[in-house]
Amino acid sequence: MYRRPPVLRSADKDEQAAAMARDPEQAALALHRFGFGPRRGTIDAIAGDPQGALLSDLDRPDAGRIDDADLPSSDAEFRAVFEFNAARRAEAKLARTRPGGMAAQDMMAVEADAAPAPLRMPPLPRRIVLSEAKARIDAARDAEIGFVERLVWFWSNHFCVSLNTSIMAGAYEREAIRPHVLGRFADLLLAAESHPAMLLYLNDAQSIGPDSVAGINRDKGINENFAREILELHTLGVRTGYTQKDVIAFAKVMTGWGLRSPVTDPDIGGRFLFNPRTHEPGAQTVLGKSYPEGGVAQGRAVLTDLARNPATATHIATKLAVHFIADDAPAELINKLARRIRDTDGDLKEVAKALATAPEAWAPQQQKVKRPGEWIVAVLRAAGQGSDIGRIVGAARLLGEPLWRPPAPKGFPDSNAAWLNGVGERLEIANAFAEHFAPEIDAAAVIDAGLGPLASAATRQTIAHAESRPQALTLALMSPEFLRR
Amino acid sequence: MPAIPFAPTRRALLVGSGVLFAAAQLPRPARADGRDPRFLAIVLRGALDGLAAVAPVGDPDWLRLRGDDAVARSGDAAGLPLDAMFALNPAMPTLHRLYSGGQATIVHAVATPYRDRSHFDGQNVLETGGVKPGTLDSGWLNRAVAALTAARGDDPNARRSLAIGAVAPLIIRGPAPVLSWETRRLPPVSNETTMRLLDLYRHSDPAFARALEEHIGIEAIARAGGIAAAPNGTAAAAPPGRANPVRAYFAEAAGAAAKFLAQPDGPRIGALAFDGWDTHVNEGPLRGRLGDLLGALDDAFGALADNMGDAWGQTVAIAVTEFGRTARINGSGGTDHGTATVALLAGGALKGGRVVADWPGLKDAELYQDRDLRPTTDLRAVLKGVLRDHLGIAEPALATAIFPDSAAVKPVPGLVSA
Repeated sequence: MYRRPPVLRSADKDEQAAAMARDPEQAALALHRFGFGPRRGTIDAIAGDPQGALLSDLDRPDAGRIDDADLPSSDAEFRAVFEFNAARRAEAKLARTRPGGMAAQDMMAVEADAAPAPLRMPPLPRRIVLSEAKARIDAARDAEIGFVERLVWFWSNHFCVSLNTSIMAGAYEREAIRPHVLGRFADLLLAAESHPAMLLYLNDAQSIGPDSVAGINRDKGINENFAREILELHTLGVRTGYTQKDVIAFAKVMTGWGLRSPVTDPDIGGRFLFNPRTHEPGAQTVLGKSYPEGGVAQGRAVLTDLARNPATATHIATKLAVHFIADDAPAELINKLARRIRDTDGDLKEVAKALATAPEAWAPQQQKVKRPGEWIVAVLRAAGQGSDIGRIVGAARLLGEPLWRPPAPKGFPDSNAAWLNGVGERLEIANAFAEHFAPEIDAAAVIDAGLGPLASAATRQTIAHAESRPQALTLALMSPEFLRR
Repeated sequence: MPAIPFAPTRRALLVGSGVLFAAAQLPRPARADGRDPRFLAIVLRGALDGLAAVAPVGDPDWLRLRGDDAVARSGDAAGLPLDAMFALNPAMPTLHRLYSGGQATIVHAVATPYRDRSHFDGQNVLETGGVKPGTLDSGWLNRAVAALTAARGDDPNARRSLAIGAVAPLIIRGPAPVLSWETRRLPPVSNETTMRLLDLYRHSDPAFARALEEHIGIEAIARAGGIAAAPNGTAAAAPPGRANPVRAYFAEAAGAAAKFLAQPDGPRIGALAFDGWDTHVNEGPLRGRLGDLLGALDDAFGALADNMGDAWGQTVAIAVTEFGRTARINGSGGTDHGTATVALLAGGALKGGRVVADWPGLKDAELYQDRDLRPTTDLRAVLKGVLRDHLGIAEPALATAIFPDSAAVKPVPGLVSA
């Protein structure tokens, strides 16, 4: 099997020329491992300097941002769905109470039967989700390499929220995650934790300081969930020394963080609001340090310190290495990334560079199974076909990775064991895709564009002997080299 | 651990995936005698073993070639009798019932003009109607529709042709517009595809091989791969009560086609394709994997007849495949790519109940290239016979636009009742 030559650091011209020799195998590996898989021509385009191409991806102006001029802000989406649901409730009530009127459910059933599904306008919440999904999928599919997009997906899963809690999940990714994936971790942390989508998801909007004005008047108290998940999942990591007292104190710090109500603020409902009336007054001690009363600044101060905690560096370095490289990622790689996080005060662009240039990250074995969404995008890129966002979202759901609906605040799992079991469902999706597109897509061309030198002789032979064009394409998309990265 | 935390129901995924498009108007291929004929082409991709489907049990060399795992005249492996020479695979009781009622015809030792053994090229010739692969962009059935259109362009009783499946088969693609309909279920993954993938994984990725084996389930592996075969060579049967997705898909697709074709204002010409016939390993012609496939095809014929209603009397359906398979069994209990095979016709418009065959024999010297059933009937002759006598397409069009350079291939007469 192919072994990568050591990276040459010498300024010697000949050695540099040798290092710059074209390396399509390394290029294909770079595209699969760090990006969303090759598109036609991309292996060749970066074969001169695969590693350099990854670094250039990080240097693009506005890297991480997408053109979202047509998409509403999270609070606008929030208000629109609030109004939509309110109107639906009113209609249903009218239908129930009007003499001779049909029950709302019956009306919906009639409507569903009247027109074939594709002709019906999906209801507003689904339209919002699909337009947000389309923006995300388009960005991943159209990227030259997709390294930054992969980082967006990684951080969005690390700081996950769910559509089950609010409509804002897609906009949250645009507003809280994308601007910071190559910025400072502390800024990313603060943007995520202060976003209304997160405050709803982890119940902080309902957490009230027991000694706050509202707490005393309404006899309410704190909800620890938010504070605990920030410590356990977002920053320090589980069992890193924080205690139940720290959780409670931190939860008190974070009281008052919430959002404006669409009922009382119909024009700006859904935006972040710090409410002093529900904020627990007084200083709090978290991880041995006392934070004086300061309203919203108190929480910001704790978050900033958590971002700089060495345990946080180890935690996110481990997650990055496991996600990109291997379930049992080399300790040297984790140490290298953690050191980079500490040395740069959490500069995530520098961390991404350290990842892309670490020799441990370039083992020729494709150790990780692509997550379902990554594989779907890789299929679209290699095939150059497929843009029906409804089908794409449906496929991700069938494969166990429903977009923006993680099973728990921990996000979707990142271990091979979690995704190997879905191979049968992937086969069904690949088969359906192949049945649909086989007339336009040649499996051999997909192999050349999507795997190039990574394709094994066994895979090429299996495809050459296929009994039909759809079968050949199915086998290509399901080959081990294409399922892994 | 639950790896699929939010696996939805199949239905939830597929609502809205049925599509209707390109519904342009085409003329009714009506005939002066008041008939309103329907025609459906079923493409069996992967090369059906015609000898296993319709066995020449009266040929003295048959059992010598196929040995124990062959459809026989009598005994445990008895086929359903057709005539003195042939017996139908016992997995096809519905087709046999139709045959007995004069509503099915079998053509044996038939082949397209293609003589090499590539699936892709063979299917291309089968579906384009050309003499060589890659010479035509459209399907012969589409050009047949176009010929009807040209003849009756101002017919107010306009009709459309129909394709069933995620994508229209090449046989019906072309300039004449096609209405396409897709079943609401995901198309099933054929056992053949699954086993080939499993082979690849076993060779190069044990973790995925294990996962796929678990997914298939041990019984299904036994069925598909002939593992744990019973002493007489038949694979273990599926657990009772477990739905067979291939059977369900074949029947649903054929039943849907019939419902469209039966409608007074519906299309009159349709096409669909069933994959999975490439049985290189553990063919299982009786109760194994080919037996299962033939059973599924039998269900499809049944669904056609059941759902066509009164229009069944004016219907011809024909199942065709790109080529046959080797006359002898290969080293892994299967058969390899061959030449001549069968075409299966069903429909109330047929003058059926007979096997049309100029039987070439199975002695070594009689086999084509000492390995395949020798073709004695050109498939185009059969198709031309149906298109001329059932749909009323004139011979000159059949010999040029529809099957180019085929003037020497004369239509088989008398397939359809007058």
